[in-house]
Amino acid sequence: MPEIAENQFDTYVEFAGFINGKPAFATADGSLKIDQSIITTHDGLLSASLSQDCKQLVTGGEDGKVMATDGDGNTKLLAELSHKWIDQIATGPMGLVGFASGRTAYVVNNDGTIKEFTHTRSIEGLCFAPKGKRLAIARYNGVSLFWTGMDADPVELEWAGAHTDVTISPNGKFIVTTMQENALHGWRIDNAATGDGKHMRMTGYPAKVKSISWSAKGKWLASSGAEAAICWPFSAKDGPMGKSPKELGTRGNSMVTCVCCHPVKDVVAIGYADGMILAVKIDDASEAVLRKIGKAPISTMNWDQKGMRLAFGSEEGEAGIITL
Amino acid sequence: MKKPIPVTVLTGYLGSGKTTLLNRILSESHGKKYAVIVNEFGEIGIDNDLIVSSDEEIYEMNNGCVCCTVRGDLIRVISNLMKRRGRFDAILVETTGLADPAPVAQTFFMDEDVRQWAQLDAVVALVDAKHLMLRLNDAPEAEDQIAFADVVLLNKVDLVTDDERKIVEAAIRTINPHATVYPTERANIDLNHILDRGAFDLTRILENDPDFLKGSDHSPDHTHDHDHTCSPDCDHHDHGHGHGHGENIHDTDITSVSLRGATLNPDLFFPWINKITQIDGPDILRLKGIIAFKDDPERYVIQGIHMIVEGDHQRPWHDDEPRESRLVFIGRNLDREKLERTFKACYA
Repeated sequence: MPEIAENQFDTYVEFAGFINGKPAFATADGSLKIDQSIITTHDGLLSASLSQDCKQLVTGGEDGKVMATDGDGNTKLLAELSHKWIDQIATGPMGLVGFASGRTAYVVNNDGTIKEFTHTRSIEGLCFAPKGKRLAIARYNGVSLFWTGMDADPVELEWAGAHTDVTISPNGKFIVTTMQENALHGWRIDNAATGDGKHMRMTGYPAKVKSISWSAKGKWLASSGAEAAICWPFSAKDGPMGKSPKELGTRGNSMVTCVCCHPVKDVVAIGYADGMILAVKIDDASEAVLRKIGKAPISTMNWDQKGMRLAFGSEEGEAGIITL
Repeated sequence: MKKPIPVTVLTGYLGSGKTTLLNRILSESHGKKYAVIVNEFGEIGIDNDLIVSSDEEIYEMNNGCVCCTVRGDLIRVISNLMKRRGRFDAILVETTGLADPAPVAQTFFMDEDVRQWAQLDAVVALVDAKHLMLRLNDAPEAEDQIAFADVVLLNKVDLVTDDERKIVEAAIRTINPHATVYPTERANIDLNHILDRGAFDLTRILENDPDFLKGSDHSPDHTHDHDHTCSPDCDHHDHGHGHGHGENIHDTDITSVSLRGATLNPDLFFPWINKITQIDGPDILRLKGIIAFKDDPERYVIQGIHMIVEGDHQRPWHDDEPRESRLVFIGRNLDREKLERTFKACYA
């Protein structure tokens, strides 16, 4: 077993990871522990995303604030909406920060200016394309792809049903949503504008998919929602169409609640509802136990930049750093 | 597994007094803390970090059924609230004046996460005694809200005469004979009457519906100053017009059908109830029942919203209880004759 340094917090762990290399844990009550010091970021924390340079944690709260905190615990208010819950945060290249409340998404540019993107339906999830030129929002009946720097109409990708989160592959070719039903849905971005409808339906899950993660070079998309991590192959032009996913870390007695791919190797960390964590090689499905059973479902996991340490947190406040 | 958090849904047309009631629930000392999900933050005059504003967002489920709708925004808000569930004892959801209560209620049955964390306790409808008759004529939502309710607060009764009030009460009873009706002024209801009702809890279902349990052919008088309230068993279904209401009584298309019979054969009953709710689900707003199956020592209870039906054994029949089956449907365009005939075909 690898070495584990465990912590116990009072509430749900929203983010466990590393800010500028320092272990950091953000919990639903709004406290953020970096190394040994604890600061309060929000009166109720709802969302968190590490900046792409890994130097800041951007968080959204019940207090309507969007905050950025660096590895030394210095905080900065990026935006504030009174009486709104900020339950979605996305970070992009060049310090871009996206957040959403209700039917409006906002992008904070690195000069501090804020641009609004409104939609007729609630914004359920958001992410930036790899170069930051586009912002994808998941919504009822599909995805809208906005241009972050232009006031142009968004490209609309339609698929009936409620889409609850969205991700774009590291190579920028594929866009995938999680859905209210037990499924993922994907599109190829290159023909999205023409709308010629290369849909990718990824179904067969026994539960809702709440955690998705791209492997290092985007060859695989790992997902929760079953008693194994379901990994869809995305190396071909049409993604996983006509191919079966790999089922990794299959257990008969506990659901996968969180997945996090290694930053360098084709390895996925798999967290389960009973608190267990496995590391599994995608190629040969070989498994290593990183953490034995705990008290509660794993809610968050993040590797450090080199992939030597894995931070995790659970729904009941358990958290820790696993050093390989 | 932790006990699910009870959820009360508060419906009511604009101006019926929802905000007044919410303010009371939030400000009175009743020993419980509520998380409140509202549409407009501004109307509540109380600063409370457990008031969440949320844009009503109705999602059709991808199963081809138009009545299988949920409130997507509620799924999100409740998921987030549950991350710190120790902060509150119960949840209140206020709907907009024009809201159909069904998507709110169905969220608590159709979403696997919400279902695990929270349990619908009751739907409470506020009604403006002065304006209800007008609303019933021009707003189908007002009718739906009453039909759907477990508790109806007939509010602002101080603004109407006794005769006007009787007309309004009769209209409510025609739409929904099984709700408990409380006349109120400025929503001054004893909160015990609207909170912790267990109206969707199969172990408690119908315990607050004396009409149902008594099995009388005429409803008992919930409001205590009324000559006669219509029950579904009344054979004078158009009687609303006979009370001398004049022309302004609306023609409700919502009715209730109450079925009562002997012990049933489960092999006939389950296919029947599934078929009825599949075919007529869009028209069925609520259904609830206590079923006596032949040679089954336990009561079987069911309840449903549109196409969603759930049932379970509740408890052993007591020796002094008649082994009879009772079932109530509230909905639009219900075919009483067909329901009665096909129900009888399930007799053991």
